Parts: sequence; C-alpha cells; structure tokens
Amino acid sequence: MVAHVLRRLTFGPTAAEVDAAVRDGLPATVDRILAPAAPVVFPSLPDDKSGQQDAVAWWLGQMAAHGGNAAEKLTFFWHGHWATSVRKVRSAGLMLTQQKTFRTYGSGPTGPLVRAMLRDPALIVWLDGQKNTGKAPNENLARESMELFTLGVGHYTEDDVKAAARVLTGWQVDRTAGTSRLAPRRHATGPVTLLGRTGPLDVDGYADLLVRHPQHVPFLASRVWLRYGGGGEAPASLAAAGNAVPAMLRALALDPSFPRTAGQLVKQPVEWVAGAVRQLGVDPARARKPLQAGLRALGQVPFRPPSVGGWPAGEAWLTTAACQARLRTGQALAALATAKTQELAEAAESDRLDALARLLVVDAWTGRTAAVLRPVAKDPRRLLAIGLATPEYTVC
Amino acid sequence: MDTVTRRRFLVASGVTAGGLLAAGGAFALADILGTAGDRDPSARTLVLVTLYGGNDGLNTLIPYADPAYAKARPALAYDAAQVLHLDDQFGLNPAMAGMHRAYQDGKLAVVRGVGYPKPDRSHFRSMDIWQTGRPDHPETTGWLGRWLDAAGGDPRLAVSFEPVLPPLLAGAHSAGATVPGGEVKLPATVTAAQLTALGQADPAEPAARQRAAACFADLTRIQDLMHDVAAAGETDPDDEPAATATGGAAQPLEQQLALVAKCVEAGAATRVYSVSLGGFDLHADEKTAQESQLTKLDKPVAAFADRMSRTEAGRNVVVAVYSEFGRRVAANASDGTDHGTASSMFLLGQGIKGGLYGEPPSLTDLDQGDLKYTTDFRDVYATLLADVLGSDPAPILNDWKGKLTGPIPA
Repeated sequence: MVAHVLRRLTFGPTAAEVDAAVRDGLPATVDRILAPAAPVVFPSLPDDKSGQQDAVAWWLGQMAAHGGNAAEKLTFFWHGHWATSVRKVRSAGLMLTQQKTFRTYGSGPTGPLVRAMLRDPALIVWLDGQKNTGKAPNENLARESMELFTLGVGHYTEDDVKAAARVLTGWQVDRTAGTSRLAPRRHATGPVTLLGRTGPLDVDGYADLLVRHPQHVPFLASRVWLRYGGGGEAPASLAAAGNAVPAMLRALALDPSFPRTAGQLVKQPVEWVAGAVRQLGVDPARARKPLQAGLRALGQVPFRPPSVGGWPAGEAWLTTAACQARLRTGQALAALATAKTQELAEAAESDRLDALARLLVVDAWTGRTAAVLRPVAKDPRRLLAIGLATPEYTVC
Repeated sequence: MDTVTRRRFLVASGVTAGGLLAAGGAFALADILGTAGDRDPSARTLVLVTLYGGNDGLNTLIPYADPAYAKARPALAYDAAQVLHLDDQFGLNPAMAGMHRAYQDGKLAVVRGVGYPKPDRSHFRSMDIWQTGRPDHPETTGWLGRWLDAAGGDPRLAVSFEPVLPPLLAGAHSAGATVPGGEVKLPATVTAAQLTALGQADPAEPAARQRAAACFADLTRIQDLMHDVAAAGETDPDDEPAATATGGAAQPLEQQLALVAKCVEAGAATRVYSVSLGGFDLHADEKTAQESQLTKLDKPVAAFADRMSRTEAGRNVVVAVYSEFGRRVAANASDGTDHGTASSMFLLGQGIKGGLYGEPPSLTDLDQGDLKYTTDFRDVYATLLADVLGSDPAPILNDWKGKLTGPIPA
C-alpha cells in the first residue's frame, strides 16, 4: 500500500525508499515526502536552442536527485497544468522563471500562485498577453485562465471572457530582463462585470475572484485526481482539503478508496523516464541523449507541451509507437545501469524475477509477463530492459 | 484466396486475432502479417486532415463580394483582385493555389457553414466535439474509433503518423495504430515471440494494463504493414514548426502525407489515415501568418492529391480537411481574430464531384458576433462513413439521420 502511494506521489520510488516507508508507516511517510523542499538553484542558460535542451537536461537532473519528494513531481504537475511551450516562448530563461514560480508558490494555497502566474512573462508571451490592449482586446489568456487554469469549461460566460480580457490588458514582457510590467497606456480601466461582480478590478483582484469561485477547488481537485489518482471522479476528500495541492495529495494518499486505484494510472512518459532513472541509479547527465530521444519518441518533452491544454492522460500514452519507444529507451537505460544489473546478476537465476520486481517496485508479475521474463533471466541487462516496458511497470 | 475472401479474413482477423493470440498463439503471427496488402481494390480510403487551433474560415473560403466581409475586418480582408476565384461570390485565400487548381479540375468540394448547435468556443471542448462526433454529450470514444470497432478493431485499418493517439481514433474496444516516422524500430534483442507473449492481456488485470498489453499485440500486426514503407527518419525537435498554444502535429504535414502515399501505393489494408497540422490559433497579426499556415496545408495536400491521381489505389482516396471552429467575423484590434464558430470543410480527390455545397452563413445575422452554422458536421461525417468507408453511419453517429448529398458519388 505504501509503495502505491510512493509510486503516485514521487518519481520512482527506489527499493530503498519503499523499505524506509514500510518501516515508518503510511502517515509518517506521507508527512516526510510532503515536507517542503529545499530551494533550488537555477542555472543561467543561453536563450538559444542549446539552452532549451540544457533546461530539459537540468530538470531531469533535478527529478533524479530530488524525485523522492512529492514537491519535485508537483513541479511537473504544475507545468502540465499551466502548460506553456518553449516553442513559442523561445527562451529557456523565461521557462525557468516560470518554473521558479511553480516551486515558490506551488506548495501553498493557489491565490498567490494564480496572482504570480497571471503576470508570468512566459505565460503572457505564450497566450498573447502582450498583444492584449485597451484598444485591442485579445481574449486568449483571459479564456484559458478560466477554462484551463482555475475554473474549468462551463463555469463562466463569453461575457466573462471579454471582461477578463479587459482586466488583463496592458501587460508587457521585457525578454532581456525576464520580467513583465503593466503599461498604463495600454491598460483599459473602468468597471467590469465579471463572474457576477461589478466594479473596477486589477489583476490581483481577478486572481482572487478566480480562486474564491466555488468551482475552483473542485476543478483543481479533478485535475490532481487525473494525474495522481486515475479515472473516474475524485473522492470528496480532495476538494474538502482546500485550495492547496499538497493538502489534496495528503487527502488522496490517506483516502480509504485510494488503494483500489492500483494498476489503473498510465505513467506519463516523464514519470516513466524519471522513475526508471532513479530506480536504475543511472546518471542522467551520462544518459542525456537517450533520455531526450526517448521522451521525444514517447511524445512528452518537458517545456514543450503540445498545447495550452497540456499533455493527454491515460490510455492515450498506450500506443504502438510508445510501446516501441519504451522498448528502445528501456534498453538504453539498462545498458547504463551497471550497478543494478550487477545486483540482479548476483541473485540466483530463479530469484531474479523477484529481484526485478523489487528494483522496479512492481507488486507482482502476471503469469503472462513472468513467462516472457523467465527465459531472459540469465541476461540481467535484457531482463531489466524488458521489465521497463511491461504493462505492470507502465501502468501503476 | 480471392479478394473477397481475403478481405473478410482481414476484417475477421481484427476480431479474432487478439483472442487467438491470447489463447496461446494458435494463429501464427505470419498468418496475420500475411494479410497486409490485402484489400478490396475498389474500397475507398479516407485521409482526414485536422487543423488544430481554429482556422479562420472566412479568410480561407472568402466571401469577397459581400460588403459585410470587408467591413467587419478591414485590415484582414482580401479584395476581389487578390482571391482565387471560385465564382462571382467566393474565392480561396491566395495561398491556396494548389487547391484552387483542384477546384478548377472539379475535384475539390467546399462545404460551407459547417458547425454544430450551441457552439463551444473552447479549443479543447470544440475539438473534442469534432473528434468524438457528439456535441450534446461528453464522449470518450472518437467517431472513427467507433467505426474501427464496427469494422473489427484491427488497428492497421486506422493509422495515424503522430506520436500520441488522436482521440478521434480511440474506440471502445480498439484503437488505431500510431506510427510516427512510419516505421517500426525495435531493439535487436526483442523477439517477435516476446511481443506476441506480452500481447496477451490477462483478464484479471485492470483495463489500462490490458490495453498496455494489447499494444504489444498491435505492434506485431503493424510491423509488417510498415515494412515496405521507407523510414522518414526521426524529426529533430529544432525542425518542428513553431508552436501556437493549441497544438498540432509532431512532424510536418508533408512528411505525414508522404507516408500515407507510400502506404496507399503499397496497397496497405488501412482505410483511414489521420494527419494533422497545428498553428492556426492566430489571435494577433493574422494575415501573413495564416497565409503561411495555409501554404503549409495547400502545398502538401495538393501534391498528395496529384500523386494519388496517378494510381488506381490513389484514385480511391478522399481527403477531408476540418478545424475545430472558425473565427469571429470581426477582427480584434491586434489584427487577429478571436475564437468563432462555423467554418468550411474541404473534400478532395479523384472521386469527388467538385463544387460549393451547403448554404453560406450570413455575415450580418450573427450569434454573438459569430456565424450561424448551416450544415451540421455530422452530415458530412455521415457522408464520409457511408460513401468512403462503406459503413452505416447511424450506429457510429448515435443515430444521426442527416447526410450531405452530392460530393461523393458512388
């Protein structure tokens, strides 16, 4: 059970982390993995293509080093939630500035996070915020701020979109400085009627209106459940936990229905890769090329979500293309996992399937998978490579 | 085997192959692979082109003679001298020379005013509606996924060249194959026997794990299909087109259509190909950007249609182009347009009876600044299902009764 919680809330986990969690019990483990994370030192990267790839490599390094904390996976959750792509932003620096906001505010109540994100330079560039002026309203950021980021579709009107666009007019991005500011001459003033309230409104007032909206917490709970819980409705305990995601994650981990979700959540490619890197003890810097190629083939490159709607969830990742990519990437990772293949080799051949399950934190192999693994047990590297592609590992 | 028997066998293999494999591989893998290339030579093929982001329909099929058009969007409008004339009312965007040629040859049908009731202006919700084919109710299966279910579920019948399965190809019991780059590349140490064995779903497993297992079975089945299709090579991320915030394809449309062409010419069993082009969400500085987008659509599609006209298999191909919505009639002040509603669909191929179909929506009788649709998109889907795929549209489209008549004669 505690392994199930770790599989969902962290990247991995490693066998050692499962051992520690079993020893400490569920409540203490949940406290530990949800404890605030240490501040992160961000690199300074060039604003060209190489900088964008360096940013991915740096982030994978963070996931490998700190992926045992829920905060690291939560940062990835927020990236998928406020999905912004460097392909339009064209600056690794602005993408990292956005990530700093996720790391600074993402573990607290959503009010400060939404306030910060509505002035986030990368998000403004991504959704044409700097084109949105009093003379020329542009609805892009306004619409998505309600539909995708805080309330969900159906909880606002087209008039609300127009009013929110007006409130958000005038923000300008200084790409060199990596900052945004409100240019008063481009900003439309005067009262608006927005989400049932009439009066003058600034960006912080708008953010507060969003997070106090009765649909905000249920919407956020449904997004958390989609990524951490799986299909179906979120249990009521998530929304009851309030508007901070770590509190929702605690509720999810301790909810009596949570164990029944085992084996139903398809790992996103980043979760699959980062978890494997940690479990196999692979140095992500050494594996940089196969990792980035693997993520590309799997269809999930960090900082490059396909759209502002973020990446898909669930069975969309279970394609023939992804199946091949997992086989190829699994082989590349297994080739770099010298110490772990050695450990597998030291187990008696008949014990190696159990050793593999322990290493990959798989509860049990089906008869089908065991029948495939058993004949390759004599070759630990091959065993490991196929283990990473199995349905039991891919769906957790 | 004669053609009809082989075709039946192929369809039947979709239903039974998985079960037989699961029962222990009584059906040899080679038997299944051997069906690739078998199809009824008179069967038509659908190539569905999804334009992500909401293409501005009024600057694609341009009502240049309507004074309300230029009035609503002075900085964005094209005048009569600029458009590629279809008749004395309508013309195509100047970037669409290839499709204009096809229109003159009588091979391009333009369906005007296509939309659905109570239009949703969210990209994601509206694209869901188009891909699931259900405006009235959230739905987890795609319209062509349901066709695939009805056609037996063999993933080779519906292929996408994108890394992630487009929702339109997800059925209730089956899913289309995704083949980015158009080839199957497996490590040398992975054997066909392993794939077959991993492809056996365990009925005691949760559904998602069964689906993960089924991917291995699907993989064995597409391996041979793609065998003769030359590798297009992996796309370097730096070569990808610039993104707008609403998504699009992983590799250029040209490459995706080149793979489709090779499969069609090789006589692949596939009846549906899904390809896509992103980048149409132009809220600002739209005119030049949309021309560039439409060039990225027009050139590959026209070249594909030309190539298809040269073979018997190709002459049975119908290309259909759609986007999740059009854009607002009036421009915004950043010389772009915000999200709108009804737009045109394009049908292209040797089997198409060219011309203008559907009633053009009024530019002055609007719904919150947007066009009122005149043709339900399910009417067009029904035509594609019945006249291209030879299927009964009703069970696939939730008993939808409408059908657009004319553009695809038997």
